[in-house]
Order: sequence, then C-alpha cells, then structure tokens
Amino acid sequence: MADAGLVETLLRCVEKADGGLDSQDVATSLGVDHQAIVGAVKSLQALGDVISAEQRSSKHWELTGEGCEIAEQGSHEARVFSSIPDEGMPQGQLMKLAFGKVGFSKAMSNKWIRLDKGHEGGPRVFRTVENIEDSVRDKLLVVQKGQSSQLEEKEKSELKKRKLLSEVTVKSYWITKGSLFSTTITKQETELTPEMIASGSWKEKKFKPYNFEAMGVAPDCGHLHPLMKVRTQFRQIFLEMGFTEMPTNNFIESSFWNFDSLFQPQQHPARDQHDTFFLSDPAQAHEFPLDYLERVRKVHSEGGFGSQGYKYDWKIEEAQKNILRTHTTAVSARMLYKLAQKEKFTPVKYFSIDRVFRNETLDATHLAEFHQIEGVVADYGLTLGDLMGILHQFFTKLGITKLRFKPAYNPYTEPSMEVFSYHEGLKKWVEVGNSGVFRPEMLLPMGLPEGVTVIAWGLSLERPTMIKYGINNIRELVGHKVNLQMVYDSPVCRLDA
Amino acid sequence: MPTVSVKRDLLFHALGRTYSDEEFDELCFEFGLELDEITSEKDIISREQGDTKAEGASDVILYKIDVPANRYDLLCLEGLVRGLQVFKEKYVLSPRYRRVSPTSGEPQRLVITEETAAVRPHAVAAVLRNITFTQERYDSFIELQEKLHQNVCRKRTLVAIGTHDLDTISGPFTYTAKPPDDIRFTPLNQAQEYTATELMNLYKTDSHLRHYLHIIEDKPVYPVIYDSNGIVLSMPPIINGDHSKISLNTKNVFIECTATDLTKAKIVLDMMVTMFCEYCEEPFTKETLSGDFINRKVGISESTERIAQLLTKMCLRSEVMSDGEQIEVEIPPTRSDVIHACDIMEDAAMAYGFNNIIRTTPRTYTVANQLPLNKLTELLRQDLAAAGFTEALTFALCSQEDIADKLLKNISDTRACHIANPKTAEFQVARTTLLPGLLKTLAANRKMPLPLRLFEISDVVLKDETKDVGAKNNRRLCAVYYNKSPGFEVIHGLMDRVMQLLEVKPGRDEGYHIQAAQDSSFFPGRCAEIFAHGKSIGRLGVLHPDVISRFELTMPCSALDIDIEPFL
Repeated sequence: MADAGLVETLLRCVEKADGGLDSQDVATSLGVDHQAIVGAVKSLQALGDVISAEQRSSKHWELTGEGCEIAEQGSHEARVFSSIPDEGMPQGQLMKLAFGKVGFSKAMSNKWIRLDKGHEGGPRVFRTVENIEDSVRDKLLVVQKGQSSQLEEKEKSELKKRKLLSEVTVKSYWITKGSLFSTTITKQETELTPEMIASGSWKEKKFKPYNFEAMGVAPDCGHLHPLMKVRTQFRQIFLEMGFTEMPTNNFIESSFWNFDSLFQPQQHPARDQHDTFFLSDPAQAHEFPLDYLERVRKVHSEGGFGSQGYKYDWKIEEAQKNILRTHTTAVSARMLYKLAQKEKFTPVKYFSIDRVFRNETLDATHLAEFHQIEGVVADYGLTLGDLMGILHQFFTKLGITKLRFKPAYNPYTEPSMEVFSYHEGLKKWVEVGNSGVFRPEMLLPMGLPEGVTVIAWGLSLERPTMIKYGINNIRELVGHKVNLQMVYDSPVCRLDA
Repeated sequence: MPTVSVKRDLLFHALGRTYSDEEFDELCFEFGLELDEITSEKDIISREQGDTKAEGASDVILYKIDVPANRYDLLCLEGLVRGLQVFKEKYVLSPRYRRVSPTSGEPQRLVITEETAAVRPHAVAAVLRNITFTQERYDSFIELQEKLHQNVCRKRTLVAIGTHDLDTISGPFTYTAKPPDDIRFTPLNQAQEYTATELMNLYKTDSHLRHYLHIIEDKPVYPVIYDSNGIVLSMPPIINGDHSKISLNTKNVFIECTATDLTKAKIVLDMMVTMFCEYCEEPFTKETLSGDFINRKVGISESTERIAQLLTKMCLRSEVMSDGEQIEVEIPPTRSDVIHACDIMEDAAMAYGFNNIIRTTPRTYTVANQLPLNKLTELLRQDLAAAGFTEALTFALCSQEDIADKLLKNISDTRACHIANPKTAEFQVARTTLLPGLLKTLAANRKMPLPLRLFEISDVVLKDETKDVGAKNNRRLCAVYYNKSPGFEVIHGLMDRVMQLLEVKPGRDEGYHIQAAQDSSFFPGRCAEIFAHGKSIGRLGVLHPDVISRFELTMPCSALDIDIEPFL
C-alpha cells in the first residue's frame, strides 16, 4: 500500500480537477517523484472503481549533460569567439581550451573567426565580426523552458545529432474519477477470518476482489499411473461382463504350458532364442500331470482326436525348458486343464491382464515386456458368431463400435481372426486385437468334453493406453524413464468417452 | 509373418483383371492376406542406399503382401494367383495334381545310405519335366525356394532344398554322408574344386552362407548327394555343385529335399512341385465331414450343397455324398495346413466371409470373481495415492547389478531367476525387489520438485523349489521418499497407514511392530524389520549413501518394502 497521505492528497487533486489530470503533472505540482504517484494510482485501482486511470505515454525533449552546460555557459563556438582578444590568439593556445577543438571548427564555419597561417610566431586566430548571436544556446534555453514545440523539427534533430538534446518517452496515467469516487478510503480486507464471523464485522467490511484469472494451488496428492488406470477400467469391463479373474502371478512358465499344451509345435519360430527368454536358473520345470503330458506328446507326434498331428519327434526336454511366459494364454491353458479335471463341466468366462515377455528388438512401440489383456469363454456349442458377438460387446464398452474381422493364422486357434476397428482420427482400419477358437488338439487332450468350444481374444494394454493418452514413445509410459509430470497431469480414464 | 513381393502388373495379368490399390487391399483382407506396402525396386534401393544408387533401377510397381505363417502355398506369385482366383470363383475347380511317369518308363531313384543318420537322416526328391522357364518364372522359382528356406525349413535346419538340371546328371542318385576331407567338388559359382573342409572356411566370410554353416560344422560326417557317375549334386544344407546348376534353358528339374524332419521335407517338396507343374506323386487325402458340423461351429445355417461350394472356392474340392448330409473334401498337397476338420471349417467360414456371419450373444451364465490378490492390490493402490504417493510402473526384468551390486548385496543371496539368452544386460534377471526400479525412476526424474514420493505394488520373482517350475511370483509393496532430509518418519507414517488400511493394530503379538535390523542396503542403525502377526513381512529405513550414489541420486532417501501376500 502506498503512503496513505499521498493517496488522499492525490484523491483531493482528482476531485478538484475537471475532466482528469496527468500523473506527471501531479508529481511536478506536488514536488514528489513520479513513481510515488504511480504507486498511489495502483493501490487506488486495487480498491475497485474509485478512480479510473488510463495509461498513456508522451514524448518530450530534454537537454543532455553537454546541452545543460551550453545552456548555462554558451556554445563552444561562442566561448571560442569570446575568448579571443582583439589582437588575436595563437592557434595552439586556443586548441588547449576544453571547448577549443569543436568551438574552433564551428566558429570557422560560421565565419566568426579567421586563421592567419603565415603570422610570425605560428598560426594565429583573429575575430572577423564584432558581435555574434549564439543561436545554439538560445534554442537550448527554449527547450529547457519546456517550449520545445517552438523549435522546428529540423532544428531539434540537428541538436540531437550534436548530442545536446535527447527525446525521452514518459509513461504516465490520465486519472479521472471512478464510479465509486470518494476522497476518503476504507482499507479492504483480503480474506474472511474466524474473528469477522464471530463478531459479524464482515458485514461492514469491504473485501479485496479475487483475481479469477490466476491458477489455483495444485493439491499436494499422489497419482495413479495412467497404464494402471486403464488396467483398472479393463478389469471393470470384464467384471461387468461376468468374467472371473485368472491367477496370472507366475511370470516364469514351462515351455510345456506356454507352447506344447497349446499345440504349438516344438520347431515353431516363437520358440526360438530370438523371440523367447529362456531361463538358465531354474532352467527346467520338473512336475507335469503325466497322463496329460503323454496325450500332448501323442497329439503332436502322432495325431489323434480327429487330427493328423504335426508328425514329428516330440521331446520332453523341449517341454521342460523354463521361459518367461510369452503370453498369458499359458495361464488360460492351466485354467482350462484344471476345469477339465472337475467331475462335471461348468461353463466359464475368464480374463486376465498381466505382463508377458518377448526377447524382441526394441523400438518406440515395443518393449521386452508388455501387458496382455485376455478373455476366454468355454461352453457347449459356442460359435464363431458368438465370438464376434462378445467381441462386439467388449469393444463397445471401450467406445469402439465399428469392427471387422480378418482371417489370420495362429497355431492354437482355428479359425483365427484379427480384429480391426475403424479409427475416426486416422481414417483407416487399425488392428485392435486377435481372437480365435481354440483347436480341438489343445482342448481334447486336456479332457474337456467333445462338444465344448472355447473362444478367446487378446490385445495389449499399452497400445490403447498410448492412443488414449497421446503418448508416442512407450518408454515415456512404461519403465523407470517415465515422465512423472505426465503421470501427475494425466486425466481420469473413461474408455468410452 | 512372411512377406511376398510380387510385380503388380504380372499379378493382375495372371488374375485376368486389374484392381485399384483399395480394391486389391479389400480382396486381400477377405482372404486373410495383408497388402503391406506398394513400392518398387527403385524405391527400396533409394530408401536403403540413397537416391544415387537407385538410379536406373526398375520402377515396376511391387506389391508386398503379408502371408499367414502356415500358408506355404501362398509364398510365390503362382500360389497367390491360384488361391485368389479360386477364391474369386474364377476357376470352376481348384487344380488337381497327379503323378506321371517319364517317357522312358523308369522313374528316377534317390538311394539313402545309413551314414546320413548321423547328420541329416531324411531325403525326398522329385522331377519337374518339360518345364519352360521365363525370366519371371525363374525368379519366382528361386524366390519360392528362398521363402521356404526361411520359413517352414527354419533357415535350412529342418529342410534344405537343392534344384538341379536333370539333363546334366544321371540317376540313380545316392544320398550319403562322408568325412569332410573326403568330399571334393566345384561348388556353385566357383571355378575350382574344394574339399568340404576348405569350403567351410571359404564360406565363413560369406554374408549369406555363413548363417548355415553351424548346422553341420561340428558333425563328423557331412551330407552329400552323388549321381551315378560320382558327380556331386550338392552338399546340403550348404551349397549345390556348379555342374548341375539350373538356368533359364533348363527343361527338366531334379529337386531334392534333405531334412531332419521328414514331414516338413514332404511339405516343402510338395510346394516346390505343385507350384511349378501339373505333376505330382502325392495322392490326395480325403476328409469327410458333415455340413451340420460347419453350420454349428461357424454359427450359420447353409445347405450342405452351399457348404460344398464354399469349400471348393477355397481350393478344397468338395462333393456332397449320397446321404445328402456328409461332404467329402479333397485336400490337395498344397494345403499341408489342413490337419483337422476345424481347418476345413475355417476355410468355409472365410469363404462365407467372416464379416457376413451374424454376431450373436452366447447365453453362458457366469458370476464374476476378482482374484483376491489383485483385488487387495487395487484397493491399496487407491489409498497409497490418497496418502500422497505417486504410482510408478517399472520393468520386471533388470540387470544383476541392479538387484545386487547397486544394493550392496551378493547376487547369490538374492534367490534371483537368471535369463539364459539376454540380448542386453537390462534383461539378465527377473527382479527380486521393486526398489531398484523405483530408485531408477527417481534418477530419471531428478528435475522434478522435491520431495518425490513414489510407490509400486507389483510382482517380484523368487526361486522356489516347491513350485513346478522352480520359481514363484511374490506381490510386494514398495515406496520411497526422496528429499533433502531422509524423512524416515514419512515412510514410517506410510507403513503405519498401510497397516491401518489392512486392519492390523500396533502391538507385539497379533498386531505389528518394527525392530532394529541389519541390512546392507540401509544406512547402519537406520533400518528396521517389520513384523505383523508375529511374522517378518519386510523392512523400512534410510538407504545407505553408497546405494544412493550407485543409483545416481544425490539426496537422502528412505524406503519401505513389504510382502502383501500374508494379508490375503
């Protein structure tokens, strides 16, 4: 708050002035620094519409230091003229004077003086006229009096060139009365206090207005990770659709459950060192349901259950190799096997969302580990139409309604379908998942009844999350290189919005 | 997924019509193919080696088409055209293949000797007679061979194909195996003879062939095929002899496939033969199935006749049998992927059009259940965020250093599971603790305003002999507080809050308490062990300064790490 006395003085000045006044003039008339008046204006503005102050800027001419000296003592040339006596003066002596050099050449060009180069005893300067008129000084005096407008622009720029004048921009306020003008001011309160509420004094007080343009203070809170927020939503969707969650908390899996039980042949490229992480310790799994293992061996190497099989030499050593699971379908296989061991088959709907691992080349959209979302339905008499119907319902909950299906190949599903959805932003069909009907060679050795069909689909969690939150580099989302600011700033996840 | 590159105009010529790129893309989609890229040789060279190198290269338009991994019959122009034409019902029927005898009457023979058992035990062979190669057909023939080598042959380990000009050699042929120094011949595109040992050295630097040397390199004997005059046809799976090489003028082609997998060898030979000729010695296999089976599985109701038509459209020539119910389906040798009735069902569904099938809702009634461990995790995550901590999501795989050296621990004390084939140090082990991931997250976010409060609830992996695979996951809750002062009281307060959320009261026996503990990762005297219901569940404390600097951090940091599985 500016000095209260000055504020009131200013208000009285405004009261007297008709049609307003300039803050510069107030400063001059009160004999105070202009900045003090500006401070008073600002604090009055904060009180509401007591005064209105319009900022303006004006230019005026001011004498420089050298200009002031000339206004006081005369121009250099005039001083040269007056310092030369009637008998003249040696040039060397003249040049030693502070104003000598500049004054000499100007006086010469004004033809006030002359130089006698041939004079005995060296060059000598003589006056050529009796009187002179020091117009430079006169002009500067005019400016000093604040009457610079009497001079012509040409004259002013000439003096500016000689660094005697400078043009100065002055910012000032044009102050007029506001709608709430009064010469007495009451102090405004910033905030409501418990005391005001208790005493009721708030009724008489005036409160300083809030600045609604400013941002609020960020709450001091924790944040959930965006990928996990999307995971929560997918879980929610499956639960809404009546799916039970599978126990996927086993990253290490045997090749048997990850591949063999799914009727994926042992020479399949996915079982290559290039695609799968194998373990050196613990290198092998050592416990299998033996009669089931034998049925798996047989269906691979000899066929059966209506299949010709792959007709190759199936080796248990391959099946024993421990790996980091390449898909959560390994868990689905365990769950379906478990289901088949029950006395009476009951239909099931299962889901899981968890990490899987691929020994792949990494890039902006691929990491060695990602989350797989998987849904599985087992019941008598399910059809391909049922699979597409469920997928339609599932994707509708994600806000995706336009779906189409492309035939695809997958060793453990037949038919296999890639799911495409029409992306309104990209204006094209993009792959959003994979689906299929599990092969009889996978289901029948488990002991599931002949008429039971199992349909399944899967997609990655990262891809829809990256699309949802507009993230291009997967490293900014998953792993320790995450941008925490992005985590702090991420909105709630409504997949269908 | 293999990609086949074909010249567009040649493809359209063979298909008997032209398509717009969009129309062709649509046709591919329906048939289960994907038009991956439209390009030209010039484009490819200019992209890979720069514009100057591309000067003068062909700008004939190429279609790059993704083919499903099990459809070896679509790996060349000939197969693609045949498949698409039948699909579009251009051919009334898919082609039939039969074997013919040579005019001389005597079929060629390939004799396999016992010695091959030690290295590459199987071989099959066939002859293509009276073939007319054009440059395009020849290129396609070579390319199919290469595609088969890369895919079904598993980079020649399972099967290797050799093709020879039959008119330069004479049968019967012998497939045998000999010590490398006893094999001597002029290999393809070389001017002089080499022994097998010399050849293996010669090809060590060959950008293409060196990838196959390991298949036989350390074997005592190498496979080799001779003709009746002792001329070497090939030394599979490495190289053919120069003598019998095929050219544009070759009229009769002898094809041999040597293999470690006989089934695959037959598939490959069938592909080579059926794609390029009318003759084949493989008889048809026949499957019988009912129209009702297909209707039930696909979820449609078509007449038996219509289903037979649909299958025929997919190169599976089908006829309705006399009972009007059953359909007899001929499986041509090109369709090695058909091994079960469900494979035929898929073709019927494709021919019907996946997108024409009515989408239905199954009436399966089930009640949903959450996995208790995940349910607890979800609930705790919400409340940890409400307690002011931000959730991190870190990798389950890391380096040995992360879980041992950097935490001042010995790797042998960690119960860590080790990965045999990591491409980089980032994937050496499965994490045994969540702490390194959180500390690395802090390090990557040092520019953020302090304090940093992070947590993660996720699985670590520990060796466990009682499990079938010898390892198990363990769900942990880990949190760190990073600031100018260690903030032990903050992390301690968080631990108290977690216990409160889990309805465990402070106390010695049935409750929870902490007591001073030694742990090399923590600053001496600043670490405590947490007990709940009398059992140790984890630790909390101020991290050791060496741990802090090894994770490239500069401020004090306190941490909490507990097992949440006891609270289920």
